[in-house]
Amino acid sequence: MYPKELKYDKEHEWIKVTDDVAVVGISDFAQDQLGEVVYVDLPAVGDEIVAGENFGEIESVKSVSELISPVSGEVVEVNDALGDTPETVNEDPYGDGWMIKIKMGDPAQVDDLMTADEYEAFVAEEA
Amino acid sequence: MSEHMKREAVARPLIFETGSPESRCVEAPTLDVPDVDLDAALGGNARAVAPRLPHVTEVEIARHYAHLASVNFGVDNGFYPLGSCTMKYNPRINEWACRLPGFAGAHPYQPAETVQGALGLIHGLQESLGEISGLPAVTLQPAAGAHGEHTALMMIRAYHVTNGDARKRVIIPDAGHGTNPATAAMCGYTVTQVPSNDRGGVDLAALEAALDTDVAALMLTNPNTLGLFDENIVEITRMVHEVGALAFCDGANLNAILGKARPGDMGFDAMHINLHKTFSTPHGGGGPGSGPVCVAEKLAEFLPGPIVAKDTDGSFMLATPARSIGRVKAFLGNFGVLVRAYAYIRALGAEGITEVSEQAVLSANYLKERLKGAFDIAYDRTCMHEFVISGERQRKQHGVRTLDMAKRLLDHGVHPPTVYFPLIVHEAMMIEPTETESLEVLDSFVDAMLLIAREVEEDPEMLHEAPYTTPVRRLDEAAAVKQPDLAWKPAE
Amino acid sequence: MRFIPVSCEQRETMLHVVGARTVDDLFEVIPEDVRLSRPLALPRGMSEIELADELEGLAASNTSGLVSFLGGGCYDHYIPAIVDSMVSKPEFFTAYTPYQPEISQGTLQAIYEYQSMVCALTGMDVANASMYDGATAFVEAALMAARVTKRDKVVVSAAVHPEWREVLTTYAESGMIEVVTCPVADGRTDMVALEELAADAAAVLVTSPAFLGGIEDVAAIAGLAHAAGALLVVGTNPILLGVMEAPGNLGADIVVGEGQPLGSAMSFGGPGLGLFACRQQFIRQMPGRLAGRTTDVDGRPGFVLTMQTREQHIRREKATSNICSNHALNALAAGVYLASVGSVGLAGIARACVAKAHYLHDALIKTGRFTTVNDVPFAHEFALRYDGDVSAMQHTLLERGYLAGLDLHRFSDDYNNVVLFAVTEKRTRAQMDRFLEEVASL
Repeated sequence: MYPKELKYDKEHEWIKVTDDVAVVGISDFAQDQLGEVVYVDLPAVGDEIVAGENFGEIESVKSVSELISPVSGEVVEVNDALGDTPETVNEDPYGDGWMIKIKMGDPAQVDDLMTADEYEAFVAEEA
Repeated sequence: MSEHMKREAVARPLIFETGSPESRCVEAPTLDVPDVDLDAALGGNARAVAPRLPHVTEVEIARHYAHLASVNFGVDNGFYPLGSCTMKYNPRINEWACRLPGFAGAHPYQPAETVQGALGLIHGLQESLGEISGLPAVTLQPAAGAHGEHTALMMIRAYHVTNGDARKRVIIPDAGHGTNPATAAMCGYTVTQVPSNDRGGVDLAALEAALDTDVAALMLTNPNTLGLFDENIVEITRMVHEVGALAFCDGANLNAILGKARPGDMGFDAMHINLHKTFSTPHGGGGPGSGPVCVAEKLAEFLPGPIVAKDTDGSFMLATPARSIGRVKAFLGNFGVLVRAYAYIRALGAEGITEVSEQAVLSANYLKERLKGAFDIAYDRTCMHEFVISGERQRKQHGVRTLDMAKRLLDHGVHPPTVYFPLIVHEAMMIEPTETESLEVLDSFVDAMLLIAREVEEDPEMLHEAPYTTPVRRLDEAAAVKQPDLAWKPAE
Repeated sequence: MRFIPVSCEQRETMLHVVGARTVDDLFEVIPEDVRLSRPLALPRGMSEIELADELEGLAASNTSGLVSFLGGGCYDHYIPAIVDSMVSKPEFFTAYTPYQPEISQGTLQAIYEYQSMVCALTGMDVANASMYDGATAFVEAALMAARVTKRDKVVVSAAVHPEWREVLTTYAESGMIEVVTCPVADGRTDMVALEELAADAAAVLVTSPAFLGGIEDVAAIAGLAHAAGALLVVGTNPILLGVMEAPGNLGADIVVGEGQPLGSAMSFGGPGLGLFACRQQFIRQMPGRLAGRTTDVDGRPGFVLTMQTREQHIRREKATSNICSNHALNALAAGVYLASVGSVGLAGIARACVAKAHYLHDALIKTGRFTTVNDVPFAHEFALRYDGDVSAMQHTLLERGYLAGLDLHRFSDDYNNVVLFAVTEKRTRAQMDRFLEEVASL
């Protein structure tokens, strides 16, 4: 449920780091809590993102949740496919359900995030 | 489901798919003046292509809407314990009254001397609501509860600005209706949320911490959305006034305290009233409503104009208060709704009005006692006109959500209570029986709920699929958002 | 009268279950010092027979049966008998907002059909059934345009109904939007002034017909608005859309209007119905409830309230509006009305209004007592200047059974001696000819 190669934050986002680029999505736990995702509002390529701040919104039929970035940087790619098929976030949260790619300004921010095991313990507590 | 509803093999066609192009119902009168060249008369703005409206005969209209009525559920069809909405019976004398030609045919710009009956009725209703709320200055202009909240908050804003003291924040408890923060935002205020305490009231320490001279108002529902009367209300309004802020009462729950306690006496400076809840005017499928605002003397000069005043000769006239915030709506409010509320208050009188709240509160407490045990009561103490169940135990132990139980109630011919509100109770179900239900109806609701409690334990899977007997079953709401189909389009 | 079906004996049973001795015990949770210790100072209750008598008396003390040329946003149109018959069905009027779609398909389908009709009339893609009246729909359109464009200045034409402009100003007082008024030229929006004012605006707001009846050049206004990056909001009269070009075909981005003419009684000015329609791309910024078509778990077609994440009960202070009304009963009346007249009947009714208004207009000028205020095209409402004391003229004609138009002096000194006449399909030539004789005799 929580791939080991990813890092997680308390807002239930995951990131996968390759060099200085981080792919960001939401965890399996988060998508399950939301229910069927019907809309994802994402930033544009080139937008500056700040760690801990809202970079978009994700909606189910009867809820809206803010997407909070785990790291700071510039958006270099956006998963536009979610516009037509937002349910991909439910079906494949760690794969095709990714949201944005960020060129990190401060890669050290990743060190503050949780490992898969730490996140699993965190989620167990929340549920 | 209730007996009038039947499942049908095929859906009813849209009205657009009924009739034929030559079908006619109401036709225009024979033109008795010279015809005009429309394009010339309208300055070249004549319509090129006729709008695609239905073409049907009267019998087809009658059948179409008779069918639609048959798949709709109202208070007349059965129990409707929708918490916070006060779904009481809608007396028919009200419907008759608002259709009297002298009321229905009156134009808002008629000279005052030709509408003394309408103005007198408005004046009478202003006075009655002032007495019931303990807040004597009243506008009947707002068209709905949220509109009334907005009107009151704009008046509070004007009050502070007039005192040279523009304030920036509004405090709202976490149990408040969603309209409260939405309204505050529309008035340009930022919202500070304060938590509830372990007895379901406002947490006084948190309120104290949130209050300062930048706070314009507290918006508080009392009795609150848990159905509880805030025991500290006098202290709360005192604290609010101490920093120069004003206290606004969301009047959604007025049905609990008619003739028993008045928001004005509790220290509130303003409140809105939902005539479609407390005063028996029909909900109409969501509207039209009416949301009068009652205020203390210090806010009277800010009321939206015009209001109806009595002249020295006893006649009624329109008057605009000195520092009026201005109109919040065209004309004089939802007069047709005002007629109904006036008729209701006159029918009941002081004694009958008080009895409404006595029975509403007794019926709610009765249901609470009967359901206790099988269900967890969110804050189990004497409630007012409604109470809140938490379905958290059913969810954790059996995987059945409150939504499932609500849907199962549909199979018992009951409109489900409000669910997932207030937000502070997990898996909330908010039950408001109102005073207009018989003991037999209340008991059959209890029977249905207890049966569902057993089903939760014995057959939870079955509940996930409920309802089974309604004209349609659970609808694909996600598809409705992702592929919105919001208007019929003619086939190409 | 009382509407409580619980007997005294049952009340005792219920008290016993609750564990209270008297009902008053239950109210002891209210602090004693705020408990009301006296009866409410209201008149005693009465029987239905007495009540009916009182209400009939009040209604009768309104003068009815007058031949009316009053308009100004509320119109005396014919209401087909079928409308009230359908609206009086208790399954519709005693229901609440359709939160439980499984047992609310009637309300939901009626709203969906109404939305479709409003789209057809206005030339728009989506419509709601939520707004209180034309004035508040107009304000919601301004607020929505500000959200869409992320600008905060709106330009409203001074040719718009004064009460609509006043409501806009009231709402704007909170600082959410800044309202700039564009002057009029000849009773319509001053295009030269508008071009300058539209810069950086979120919206240009006009109505066509304008308050004084003049028909605006909506296409030209659209050009100016769009060149400035503003949205165009057009207020409209739905009956006239039977013969007038749809604002959507002239460049409007949001169309609003007062829906009262569509089957709702004048009822002293309320309840009305706020028409609200817009283009598909702005849907996420729309206020109000929307009904959509979908299917159920068995594949049957059905309807639900949809796109709810825009709304206050979910998004709270970030909602597109605080509105939670769903003006369903008036929308139902409008739907039944439009179905009963169809596009042919609507066009015929609108044509009758226009033809009769032009007949009266020309004949009033021929009496020699009235002169043209603005020489602009109009539909069923027009303003004329009277050569005497308007108030005395109206008073005399009232005594003879006529509501002789709207004295515009009540709105502004600019309108001294100006009277606004509205003519609907209900006015006959015979009524108008007698009225003209009375005018000539003044």
